[in-house]
Amino acid sequence: MISDAIEDEEKWLAEGIAGIQHNAFYMHRALDSNNLREALKYSAQLLSELRTSRLSPHKYYDLYMRAFDELRRLEMFFKDEDKHGCSVVDLYELVQHAGNILPRLYLLCTVGSVYIKSKEAPAKDVLKDLVEMCRGVQHPLRGLFLRSYLAQVSRDKLPDIGSEYEGDGDTVNDAVEFVLQNFAEMNKLWVRMQHQGPIMVKDKLEKERNELRDLVGKNLHVLSQIEGVDLEMYKDTVLPRVLEQVVNCKDELAQYYLMDCIIQVFPDEYHLQTLEILLGACPQLQPTVDVKTVLSQLMERLSNYAASSPEVLPEFLHVEAFTKLSSAIGKVIAAQVDMPIVGAITLYVSLLTFTLRVHPDRLDYVDQVLGACVKKLSGKAKLEDSKATKQVVALLSAPLEKYSDIVTALTLSNYPRVMDHLDNGTNKIMAMVIIQSIMKNNTRVSTAEKVEVLFELIKGLIKDLDGTPMHELDEEDFKEEQNSVARLIHMLYNDDPEEMLKIICTVRKHIMTGGSTRLPFTVPPLVFSALQLVRRLQGQDGDVAGEEDPATPKKIFQLLNQTIESLSSVPSPELALRLYLQCAEAANDCDVEPVAYEFFTQAFVLYEEEVADSKAQVTAIHLIIGTLQKMNVFGVENRDTLTHKATGYSAKLLKKPDQCRAVYACSHLFWVDDQDGIKDGERVLLCLKRSLRIANAAQQMANVTRGSSGPVTLFVEILNKYLYFFEKGNPQVTSAAIQGLVELIRTEMQNDTRTTDPASDAFFASTLRYIEFQKQKGGAMGEKYDPIK
Amino acid sequence: MNYIIGAFKPACNISITFSDGKTRKQVPLKKENGQTAMVPLFQSQENIAGKISIEPVQGKKVEHNGIKIELLGQIEMYFDRGNFYDFTSLVRELDVPGEIYERKTYPFEFSTVEMPYESYNGVNVRLRYVLKVTISRGYAGSIVEYQDFMVRNYTPPPSINTSIKMEVGIEDCLHIEFEYNKSKYHLKDVIIGKIYFLLVRIKIKNMDLEIRRRESTGSGANTHVETETLAKFELMDGAPVRGESIPIRLFLSPYELTPTHRNINNKFSVKYYLNLVLVDEEDRRYFKQQEVTIYRLADTS
Repeated sequence: MISDAIEDEEKWLAEGIAGIQHNAFYMHRALDSNNLREALKYSAQLLSELRTSRLSPHKYYDLYMRAFDELRRLEMFFKDEDKHGCSVVDLYELVQHAGNILPRLYLLCTVGSVYIKSKEAPAKDVLKDLVEMCRGVQHPLRGLFLRSYLAQVSRDKLPDIGSEYEGDGDTVNDAVEFVLQNFAEMNKLWVRMQHQGPIMVKDKLEKERNELRDLVGKNLHVLSQIEGVDLEMYKDTVLPRVLEQVVNCKDELAQYYLMDCIIQVFPDEYHLQTLEILLGACPQLQPTVDVKTVLSQLMERLSNYAASSPEVLPEFLHVEAFTKLSSAIGKVIAAQVDMPIVGAITLYVSLLTFTLRVHPDRLDYVDQVLGACVKKLSGKAKLEDSKATKQVVALLSAPLEKYSDIVTALTLSNYPRVMDHLDNGTNKIMAMVIIQSIMKNNTRVSTAEKVEVLFELIKGLIKDLDGTPMHELDEEDFKEEQNSVARLIHMLYNDDPEEMLKIICTVRKHIMTGGSTRLPFTVPPLVFSALQLVRRLQGQDGDVAGEEDPATPKKIFQLLNQTIESLSSVPSPELALRLYLQCAEAANDCDVEPVAYEFFTQAFVLYEEEVADSKAQVTAIHLIIGTLQKMNVFGVENRDTLTHKATGYSAKLLKKPDQCRAVYACSHLFWVDDQDGIKDGERVLLCLKRSLRIANAAQQMANVTRGSSGPVTLFVEILNKYLYFFEKGNPQVTSAAIQGLVELIRTEMQNDTRTTDPASDAFFASTLRYIEFQKQKGGAMGEKYDPIK
Repeated sequence: MNYIIGAFKPACNISITFSDGKTRKQVPLKKENGQTAMVPLFQSQENIAGKISIEPVQGKKVEHNGIKIELLGQIEMYFDRGNFYDFTSLVRELDVPGEIYERKTYPFEFSTVEMPYESYNGVNVRLRYVLKVTISRGYAGSIVEYQDFMVRNYTPPPSINTSIKMEVGIEDCLHIEFEYNKSKYHLKDVIIGKIYFLLVRIKIKNMDLEIRRRESTGSGANTHVETETLAKFELMDGAPVRGESIPIRLFLSPYELTPTHRNINNKFSVKYYLNLVLVDEEDRRYFKQQEVTIYRLADTS
């Protein structure tokens, strides 16, 4: 059925075109033979084709354009009085004899244009007459096209300033009056279109109307082109009259389009000077009108204007653009009760963008906007509407982008309050935006106060907000978020240790609320940040002793201890253990033995109680050993206790190879290659021997369980340890012992049942090569190696 | 009559010429046979003078019982064919009975002739002025020659010419107010006015202004009324809304109007009406008819 309708329309259009062509042919003939009567007759018939009601605007336009072309030729003919021998005044009457109104008025407009050009009558009179007479066509489509024709032919004949038609009582006022009237009538027709036809086709009508809007808008364009329309006239006449039309037509489509049109066609400085009037119209528009887009456009234009030439900025201040816009927005929101929240927020976003661009120095404006937004949002639950949330994010992001400095945003008191209205997910996104902004701009947040505000802002990331089901979160996202927080912690810095400590305390306070899943991410950066402070203090300790609450390493260590403790309670003991060890090392450097001891104790406790996984145990024990080896703060007793513990745990590892490796690692605990390091050769050897034993046992076990002995890797490793201590000059490690070990490995390697392992073979071979190399190198070391074969 | 004369070969040619025939304005007159002839134009109180020349056919003489010329003002009703009512009849004797041997010319003059009615050529009635020359002959029948002429009378602009303003409507349906700037228009006048829509509840398709002529002839039971629409002028295309005002500007010159004739010699009347017609989408017509007086203004051609 629809396709039928389209086909029919095509047919009607074709008929119309044929009619025009047919009559145009005879008209041309009449024109060529200077026969005025015939020309009028056929032109009227030609124009009668435009009387059709069957075409859609699109098709009608096609038809109109064809008629338009013919009218141009007719106009040329009319201009040439010699040809038709009829004065233009008579001609003006003659064309009005046509019985049908539409052809009559088209002809009248055509002659009218010639009439004005002839200057035989004042332009204003002709224009006034034409615009009045056109009232006869009340059919919206036909009327719109007719009036658009009138606008077209009169366009270059308006008595504008500097135009040849000005003067003799014809003033620019008449030109404006004419265009305004034509505009008003066209708008009425256009608005009326929607009532022409059944409800079912309302959508179609709307679409068709939309196609016609530029016909109406063109009048505004013409107005803007009139030279004589200066600011004063625009303010006193043009704008109020246009707005009156806009407001009174009570039509959503028209109001939106025309407001937009006004904003687009007239110069920015006019808008600036007439803001009050223009904005005053906004609350009067229909509630369904998309005022927010209109206002956004306006604000965008104004901000572009402000950006284009800085010298106009004082003007903005002078007219109090911000205040006016702000109050207008308030009024619009108040007037349009049904406006969805997203609309209101979009408006605020636009206003914010405006103020950021025009008054970047006025933070109070920004805060005002946010405050207004809070007010709008207050009393409502968290935002559900995703679009609205998006806008809020935009609202909050704008200042960040502008000032590229989160610190500025932190001074906006309403900022966090706006954030409160976001749902949890968005809150997090916003928090991420904030963090990213900090990262991007490498902003240092340097006071505890700001840190406090900042963490308040990003609390969505810091802790579980009410009713967030954890399991719904994507693990990867979560990690990403928490990593960001971790990165953020590193951006908090102050050169003053005092303040830095405060910052750390603040951060700690916040992240402690984070719960077990977050702590593993957030505690390490905090710990390291604190340790960094410790290192700084270490360089200048004593200087701050006089102050009342000095940031001493001791104090920090206490803090750290408590912090890490919280980690051990959550299932990430390995991490806690590592952190303890880090702290212990720092304490060592600060020369506070008890603290270091305490940290080690904690580490061991964790190892005992929490680290159950054998692999984890291996890693942990190696870490402990490594750290312990570096310690130089401990007294003999403490050190013994700790090394004893470490060795003991090493030997109790589950797998033999692990045991073996841990034990030979322990050997380093007794030989610190420092000037005043401990050098207990005997115990070193004890460890090595023990590990050798374990290696043997491992080998035997392999034989028993698998029927083949394992690789010689362990032996080679032990051999390397021997060589190390040998070189370091441990008297207990002799060349004979090394020789024996080499032999042992060789025997093992010849064992038939042995499973060959190229890696261990190569390892051994290169070890032997090393020995050979040392021998050949000569010198003291060469001599030392000499006995080994 | 003429053909009878033709059949018997007229004994003479009669020609009637007006003394100011060269300069007098000629206007077209539609004759009975449908052809248009140019005839001189007079108005009331004018002198109608001229010459009659009678020229017998070569070698013949015309015997007559006298020659006269009559100026007749006649009203002819078509439905009552052949009946003429002479409302004006003036006679001038031109010659006493005798014989005419050769071309002979007689001057004639009717001075300040009262011709109160205009020539009129309607549907059912015709009012005409004619000069009739009769050569009376006893046995062979009279020889008669006619010369039509037109009479138009000019009226000064009326001293009182109020506008026509009226509010009409159908309750809860359509309410309009219309205004024509005058009640009396001359023939080349322009009707200016406007229609103001006070209430529109029907879907109007268009609105026309018609000029209608009502010619009534006869009287009493024999009255014949004939109405013609002389002009159909579209005033509005499409449906207006409340508060809309539509301009009227109708030039009367293109239409063949006559002045309004009221009760001419108790025989006929010609009246003009402006008929405002609104047509709705179902092609129903709503109209309001209003009489206007048409007059002939002197200084128009």
